Amino acid sequence: MKRRDFLRLALKGSAALVLVKGGVEIFRPAAGHASLKPLRWVFLVDTYKCIGCGFCVKACKLENEIPFDTNVSRTWVERYVVTKDGDVFADTPKEARYGFTTTRIDLGMGKDKNIPLQNIDKAFFVPKLCNQCEKSPCVQVCPVGATYQTADGVVLVDREWCIGCGYCIMACPYGMRFFHPVHHVAEKCNFCYHRITKDMKPACVQACPMGARRIGNIKDPQDPVAKIISTQRVSVHKPEYGTKPQVYFIGLSEEVR
Amino acid sequence: MVLEEIWTVKELFVYPNEYIYWSVQIVMYPFMTGLVAGAFVLSSLYHLFGIKPLKEIAKFSLVFSFALLLVAPLPLLFHLMKPERNFYVVMTPHFTSAIAAFGVVLFVYGSIVASELWFLYREHLVKNSLKIKNQLNKSLTEKIKYWVYTALTLGAFDLSDNALRKDARAIKILAGAGVPVACFLHGYAGFIFGSVKANALWMTPLMPVIFIMSAVVSGVALCMLTYIIIMEIRKFIASRKRASFVYPTLEEIKGVEIYEVQMTAKYLLFFLIFSISLELLDLVFRGYTAVKSWDILRSVIYGKDFTNIFILQYTLGNLIPFILLLIPGLTIRRAILALLLVIFGVFMMRWNVVIGGQSFSLTFSGYMHYHLPIIPHDFETFKEGLFGALFIGVMPFFLFWVLNKIFPVFELKESH
Repeated sequence: MKRRDFLRLALKGSAALVLVKGGVEIFRPAAGHASLKPLRWVFLVDTYKCIGCGFCVKACKLENEIPFDTNVSRTWVERYVVTKDGDVFADTPKEARYGFTTTRIDLGMGKDKNIPLQNIDKAFFVPKLCNQCEKSPCVQVCPVGATYQTADGVVLVDREWCIGCGYCIMACPYGMRFFHPVHHVAEKCNFCYHRITKDMKPACVQACPMGARRIGNIKDPQDPVAKIISTQRVSVHKPEYGTKPQVYFIGLSEEVR
Repeated sequence: MVLEEIWTVKELFVYPNEYIYWSVQIVMYPFMTGLVAGAFVLSSLYHLFGIKPLKEIAKFSLVFSFALLLVAPLPLLFHLMKPERNFYVVMTPHFTSAIAAFGVVLFVYGSIVASELWFLYREHLVKNSLKIKNQLNKSLTEKIKYWVYTALTLGAFDLSDNALRKDARAIKILAGAGVPVACFLHGYAGFIFGSVKANALWMTPLMPVIFIMSAVVSGVALCMLTYIIIMEIRKFIASRKRASFVYPTLEEIKGVEIYEVQMTAKYLLFFLIFSISLELLDLVFRGYTAVKSWDILRSVIYGKDFTNIFILQYTLGNLIPFILLLIPGLTIRRAILALLLVIFGVFMMRWNVVIGGQSFSLTFSGYMHYHLPIIPHDFETFKEGLFGALFIGVMPFFLFWVLNKIFPVFELKESH
């Protein structure tokens, strides 16, 4: 090969490479959501403040168009009752979409249990939502890349690309994912991404009458939520799975499952 | 209503979104790929290591493996919520996912089996093509046959000794390359489960190895069983025909059959021992280390799923056939019973892994019970129900029947 030919070929080759790289950049959905200032969405749940009214669940289902009467939800509230004998009872009747309307504990299979007040040592509510993990197992296992993490940390699902294999549902240690009853693809909480990217609060945060749910930017030192997370004693749910969850809890008791 | 509510019943504290998402079709998936891998390994024992006694069954297993292979992706397709999007896995494979390489692995393996099949049958294809070509008045079926045979030869009509020797060498190489790929195909199915860290029952590095061993067991057993059934049919036909030079006699078939079955049974026993040891090792290890999840696992293994695991899988599916095969003087009838039990045992093992792994909640404080939909009332309950699974189970036999027309497994006159 002559030197001239070689140079010509090298030039053409690099031009082709640049074009391909540019094409890949354009089609990488995560790149489009990157914002200019440092941003990492995190969530803070203050379990002491939750009263189990279920407004958050109701607001979420309506906002995100999860058919209200179906038994799946992007968020839910759990109730824990610890008796004097050391027994732990927990339930989340209908994801608490109507709140906790009875003191009887739902045991499933149509059964429930009444625990006399004097037998109770402690009882509390714990709201749950997607942890938008830093190392999300759901993103890792999606065979087609239909679920992905944005630059600001939120894990999203592409409804047009999900094949509905359910591997992500199996991979989530928190049971956050389910098949959308209408669209029949994987579905999960995304901190109401359509709202937070327009300077609005997630539906559950807005609906909570007690301020138990808050959202913030961990990369902004002035952010009130970031300040609490960095200065107070908070914990995350099931850290042993190595997923680096980004929903922080105040008062997450040892009994919480 | 959520689809999964049809077959899931929850007990005690279970997260709201938890259901048995991977149902009977996902039980069928590792079961079918297992049979594929097992059948191939059996055929390779002859082609690769030249284990002569397995000659007769080797050819048969290869064709059967190919029939099974064509069915293996079907359960996954049936299971997808969006089956029409299945090819996205090949279009945008996301390689951090264990499922993403499925298309690649299946294609590579399929190519190997198809090539080996071609080399094995090239002589037969060429001969048939030439035979029909030289006939004068061809009927329509003969014309079609001629086109099929000629197309399948791919234009390679050379039947010289040198060419046939090359064929034989190619078969050996492909059989050699096929064994690790077959093991990979199935070990990989095991990895899909074993790597799910959220599932306490599935997550073990032993899973791929356990899957490979049980795959070989089930594949060998199914090949033996189908072989016996076909030989019985041939015996029946032979008993009604007068002895001739073309058709083997009843005694000839009987002799070959029992010989092949007894030889193959030895290999089956060997793999069965491996398979059971690994599964028991896993169980013992879990009990001994007793990590956080052990409480709920113990209640599932020794309580809720006791019948499925210890009675149906280990006793009926492993122990009894093990004894049946071990007693000297194996007869065809005893072999049939043992083989049916072995296949059932492997199916139960898949069931206990897939369904058992979802029968307890991520909360470790609740259970889910699976009720297989039997009478379908729409397409979803058909494909995720008993009849969908049976459909998948029957398909390979139908395909084998079709394939056997082009790639005859039994020559008209043979002997060992």
